[in-house]
Amino acid sequence: MTCKADNYIIGETAWCPGCGNFAIREALAGALADLCLDSHQVLLVSGIGQAAKIPHYIRVNGFNGLHGRALPPAVGARVANKNLKVIVESGDGDSYGEGGNHFIHNIRRNPDIAHFVHDNQVYGLTKGQASPTSEPGMKTGVQVEGVTVPPLNPLALALVMGAGFIARCFSGEKEHLKETMKAAINFSGYALIDILQPCVSFNKVNTHGWYKNRVFFPEIEDPGDWSAAMELSRQWGEQIPLGIFYNKPHQTFEESRAALVGEPLSFRSFNPEACSSLQEEFL
Amino acid sequence: MEVNILIGGAAGQGMETIMNLLGKALVREGFGLIYTKDYMSRVRGGHNFSRLRIAPGSPWTTVESADVLVALNEETYHFHQGNLSPSGRVIYDPELFNLPEGENRAVPVEMKKLAEEAGGKVMANTVAVGALLVLLGLETQAVEELLKDTFAGKDGVAEKNIKALKKGYDTAARSCSACFDLPPKNEGSKSLFIDGNQVLGMGALASGCRFLSAYPMTPSTGIMNYLAGKSPEYPVVVEQAEDEIAAINMALGASYTGVRAMTCTSGGGFSLMVEGVSLAGMTETPLVIVVAMRPGPATGLPTRTEQADLEFVLHSGHGEFPRAVLSATSHEDAFYRLNKAFELADRYQTPVFFLSDQNFADTHRSVEPYDFSRLAYNRHLAEAGGFEKPYKRYRITESGISPRALPGQFENEVVLVDSDEHDENGNIIEDASTRRAMVEKRMRKQKALAEEMDEPDLYGDPHPEVLLIGWGSTYGVIREAVDALAALGTKAAMLHFSDLWPLPQKRLSGLLAEVEKSYCIENNARGQLSALIRRETGLSIGDSILRYDGRPFLPREIVEEVQNDL
Repeated sequence: MTCKADNYIIGETAWCPGCGNFAIREALAGALADLCLDSHQVLLVSGIGQAAKIPHYIRVNGFNGLHGRALPPAVGARVANKNLKVIVESGDGDSYGEGGNHFIHNIRRNPDIAHFVHDNQVYGLTKGQASPTSEPGMKTGVQVEGVTVPPLNPLALALVMGAGFIARCFSGEKEHLKETMKAAINFSGYALIDILQPCVSFNKVNTHGWYKNRVFFPEIEDPGDWSAAMELSRQWGEQIPLGIFYNKPHQTFEESRAALVGEPLSFRSFNPEACSSLQEEFL
Repeated sequence: MEVNILIGGAAGQGMETIMNLLGKALVREGFGLIYTKDYMSRVRGGHNFSRLRIAPGSPWTTVESADVLVALNEETYHFHQGNLSPSGRVIYDPELFNLPEGENRAVPVEMKKLAEEAGGKVMANTVAVGALLVLLGLETQAVEELLKDTFAGKDGVAEKNIKALKKGYDTAARSCSACFDLPPKNEGSKSLFIDGNQVLGMGALASGCRFLSAYPMTPSTGIMNYLAGKSPEYPVVVEQAEDEIAAINMALGASYTGVRAMTCTSGGGFSLMVEGVSLAGMTETPLVIVVAMRPGPATGLPTRTEQADLEFVLHSGHGEFPRAVLSATSHEDAFYRLNKAFELADRYQTPVFFLSDQNFADTHRSVEPYDFSRLAYNRHLAEAGGFEKPYKRYRITESGISPRALPGQFENEVVLVDSDEHDENGNIIEDASTRRAMVEKRMRKQKALAEEMDEPDLYGDPHPEVLLIGWGSTYGVIREAVDALAALGTKAAMLHFSDLWPLPQKRLSGLLAEVEKSYCIENNARGQLSALIRRETGLSIGDSILRYDGRPFLPREIVEEVQNDL
């Protein structure tokens, strides 16, 4: 196939006009085109939410699973066929709330997966409740007194857990997002991009303008400097840094499993009779 | 002609080591046996015991009475001396405790001291095995061979153990030598000495299972241990998931992408998995789920047995979708039946449950070697040129089964699956007609699946007065009860279900009409199979014999219940 972004875009979306998801989808299609990846060699895994509908709008293999459970099937897919480029794409509620346990443990596991989180700091599909990253004080139909708990910081958490690649992007900086996605897809191991995006329907605090006025691109001298990455991860408020804060690969889950050396497990032949020596140990 | 051995002590005292060594050596010698465990949910202390029964053929159950009692602590003697036959023997360490005066069945063996003399007190169990061998009138040679195999490559360990073995042998010989008559050895090929979890682990591996994701939970963990131990020699990946939710979703991802995948758990862990079960049904992803039952609710009795999750498994997962439920009845059958579970999952692209329980999982028996050529491996995947282009994962077909392609299998074809209701391509829909078509497509699979179910096993009198119905791990105990009833002059038969859902009904309906008395024997409090049969067939089984104290049935109990009724 020819490597054009348009070739990856399909389907009528169910997103609101002006949603940040459109720009994220375009950036993803651009990244796939720039890397010239064949549709059948890419797998997009998602959970449930507005962002999680993306496998229906990008023409690659898709596993649109359960809410909060996008990472586990992606790991299983890597075990079965390590030739597939596996991308997990889901929202902040899905990735950091319902799926929080998988988020933590897959950083430890370090499978070769790029994880793109559409972080609009609110629940869209269920119409406007607080998400794990909502700003304290934000009032919703459920958080009637305003959000009273501090937000989860996904990048700082990922760094502490030992993630090898963390980045923050903004849907309003599409070219930067595309380039960062390419770097994450090519990264060997678990790569997290927390993508800030407005929710035009339900987040009246963190609007496109709110982000636009705050984001900046700091000079990152050494992407292997963990402390500097931590500092950038924790910076929030008047100034919000964007970029690849940390980029330092280490042994992946796949590399640590000797059974995965060689052809993908899915395409190896098998004959039960060849296993009959298994019972010798019981004799 | 049989010999029954009971070994008891605190958790951590090594009863398992003794039984594994002795059991395997006896099977190598040609004896048929069964070894069962009764243990507490603790790593140290408490009271645990194991029973070993050596009997003609390959016995199905262990019994209460003991000919030899190995008391690793004093408590064991007091708990079990009532079950010791008058001509029995007690092996014990006189340096740890004394038997009451007048106990003339004593075989004192200074296990700890003799082990230390041989090279270390850790070998006290080997001393005990030596003592047992002489009481049974056997030589030490088979165990010596086994010790050499076990400790191959470990400098001097086998030799020290052999020394300990002989010390136990010689010491016990002073009290009694060959004081029991062993049953005749089995002729023909050598048998395996294997427990239920090992049968299932080996069955999965030989069925082509390439991925097991699970969270450790008694009594299913042995399956994980088995498969993990085979990697990387065999191309299987075992992943200990962060929780059971991850376990089932990982397995689904691996299955969707192309390998045979499995997960295993017990009731509590399975509770966490059920949304994933529903996802398997909706996405039509093949998956084998082993549920090794233990008593609930909640944490229940973690190390004991029950059959109370039949209804749970049958109804697990929201919404309606086809499924199959099979069960582990005997070591002989379960190996092939788990293979059937993988075959059904691939053919019908749906979740298949395999019910085991602690009684099956932890029990070792001598069984004839398996015939691996009986195992099937049919993936039912789409073949090049064998499907309409563009590829659509949920193409509507007469059978309800859509051609299944894998991601990356065909150039420029993509495979989209969705937990939302979807169209043929896998895209989200909400319109009523597509919804109807998809529900009907999925449910059509259930019809053909029903034809695949094996009728229950019929054993005993072909025209019985009394019919004993059961399922799962009660196979052996009901079979022995039928034999015992026959010996007492009662025309009895067993009807035993391996495949439970869709419920096979033909043989059952025919027999129920004929018999005078029927009983459904289940390790649960509500008679779940009995209720299922009533629901599906409208037929009532006369009575239930139920046990829900976490212990397996004894044949004697069943025989007594039936006799009291006659």
